Amino acid sequence: MGRGMGRFLLKRAINYLILTFIASTGVYFLASYCLEPAMNLLSRHPRPPMSSVYSVLASQNLDPRVPVVERYWTWLTQILFHGNFGTMIDGGSVNAEMGRRIFVSTELLLLSTLIGSITGVMLGAWNALRQYRPSDRISTIVSYAIIAMPVPVIGITLRTIDNWMGSPIQYTGLDDPNAHGVVAVVLSNMQHLILPTLTLWLVQVTLFSRYQRSTMLDVLNADFLRTARAKGLPFRKAIVKHGLRTAVIPVMPLLVYNIVLLFVGATFTEKLFGWHGMGEWTVDTITTNDINSVAAIGVFTSVLVLIAGLLSDLVYAALDPRVRV
Amino acid sequence: MTTEAVAGALAADEPTKSRGRGQLILRRFVRNRLALVGIAILVLLLLGAYVLPSILKWQYTDNDWNYLGTSPGQGGHLLGTNHSGQDMLAVTLRGLQKSLVIGLIGGPLTTFIAAVVGAAAGYFGGWIDRALMWGLELLLVIPGFLLLATISPKLAHVSWLIFVLLLAALGWMITARVVRSMTLTLKDREYVLAAKYMGVGSMKIIFRHILPNMASLLIVDAAVQIGLIVLGETSLSYFGFGIQAPDISLGTLIADGEPDAITSPWMFFVPAGFLVLIGLCSAFIGDGLRDAFDPSASGAKAKVKLPADGESDSQQVEIVSNTVRAEEGLAS
Repeated sequence: MGRGMGRFLLKRAINYLILTFIASTGVYFLASYCLEPAMNLLSRHPRPPMSSVYSVLASQNLDPRVPVVERYWTWLTQILFHGNFGTMIDGGSVNAEMGRRIFVSTELLLLSTLIGSITGVMLGAWNALRQYRPSDRISTIVSYAIIAMPVPVIGITLRTIDNWMGSPIQYTGLDDPNAHGVVAVVLSNMQHLILPTLTLWLVQVTLFSRYQRSTMLDVLNADFLRTARAKGLPFRKAIVKHGLRTAVIPVMPLLVYNIVLLFVGATFTEKLFGWHGMGEWTVDTITTNDINSVAAIGVFTSVLVLIAGLLSDLVYAALDPRVRV
Repeated sequence: MTTEAVAGALAADEPTKSRGRGQLILRRFVRNRLALVGIAILVLLLLGAYVLPSILKWQYTDNDWNYLGTSPGQGGHLLGTNHSGQDMLAVTLRGLQKSLVIGLIGGPLTTFIAAVVGAAAGYFGGWIDRALMWGLELLLVIPGFLLLATISPKLAHVSWLIFVLLLAALGWMITARVVRSMTLTLKDREYVLAAKYMGVGSMKIIFRHILPNMASLLIVDAAVQIGLIVLGETSLSYFGFGIQAPDISLGTLIADGEPDAITSPWMFFVPAGFLVLIGLCSAFIGDGLRDAFDPSASGAKAKVKLPADGESDSQQVEIVSNTVRAEEGLAS
């Protein structure tokens, strides 16, 4: 990668930064306009007086009497100069909550994305090599069925199967609250990972293998592979060294985007299996009219997109010899 | 249609009689058995959703107080009832109506937005291209689910049609990119330049010469988007951000049935099953169409293992040769 590549990446990074800023700003204004945190307080019994409702909201920078632009400015300067995302609707710190939830999401997603990407690429390549054989046809139909299922249907089906089999696998929450001692907690934690990981794995492996299969099919008919074979390279070696490497390149950006965006996209899995991660937070903050948290998620997501965009540019540059300037 | 004209013009040069492109595509599509099954099931679902309710004994508004939450088959309820005694079949058909309508409006609409934006960006170039592509990237950065979920409280009492518009407005970006790059290769073709120098307006050129030449991509995309829109609607409705109470969709039914999925599986798995069917049909049809439109796809070639007799064999050879001709017509 020469200097041209560095300049290209820098240009992309600046572009992404501007987009991130606009997207976060957009989410803040949208949340301020659409959500009404005053309703949380007004729906209490006995109903609190308006003056105290306003004073509570004002302390959280949510006072509807202050113009949105002014609230936005306070919010923005707090983030830029103090790294402070404000307070949640219940008074807790958004920063602390976000840190905890990112950790939970990471634990949940790390394993499933790793296994999902690797097995997806392998299954797709294998199916391409055996195109129209029974194994390819069956996995085509099965993956169409899985792609046609929304995540809640997959998760609930797995849960139901587990229950019918007499609940051999526990799944609610991170671990069993009755577990005592480090070993027991860790073991229980691993057991609780099984079903959500399986759900996420199913979604990813089908998606990735479909893409990998089609790019692999394109490569299998390519001239350079025939050349490699003609030169006397064994079939397996030609496929792996020349075929798979070329076929994986177009799939890489998809892999990167999917993995990075899962941090906020695993909403259903986290909700279904009681993992209090970022995805679950997305839904909870909106239903509780928590403007500051929604805005923080907006920032977090657009930063993730930024990272994913840059990462996929980088991976592309590293894998594709043509990109090197 | 320009494509047909091109294919026809080319065919006219050949001594043998040739079929039109449309007929050809239809033949290839029909050969794909999964795609045919997809169409058949989708038509059946559509008919079932609109015709069956008038024949059925129970309406979705009726409550059978003698059979609250009973399993399938009891008390004349083919698929059981839910906790308020509504017949699951009637309720699911009602939800199916809404989900299908959302998909059938939203899918093509998404493709239409993608086609117009992508073609305009590619055809006009310059600052229009830059502005449109920049807006596209912005929409990709903004988290769609967060956006829709945040707006939903404001839309709770407005028509569900706005909801379909929003789903379409957030799903067109990837296709638009593909359309743009295809437009870039099409806009310097002779027939486009000829039209341009004859003084045909830009929008007319886009709709008459550019978009018809990527009809295959657009039709396939519309078929696939139907499934995606239905899935998107379900996901939002599942959390209560989508279709609201008096209306029923498969998404709201799945959300209602979820707590009872283990004890009363029919409440959850009946609507879930229909949902998977829609998604499967959409995928199969899209796949079949792609093979039918793209002669280079291996599935499109007449690859019947056991031809019934010599006649069908020769017929297939003929189709293959037509295929090549039509493709040349497009590529030149």
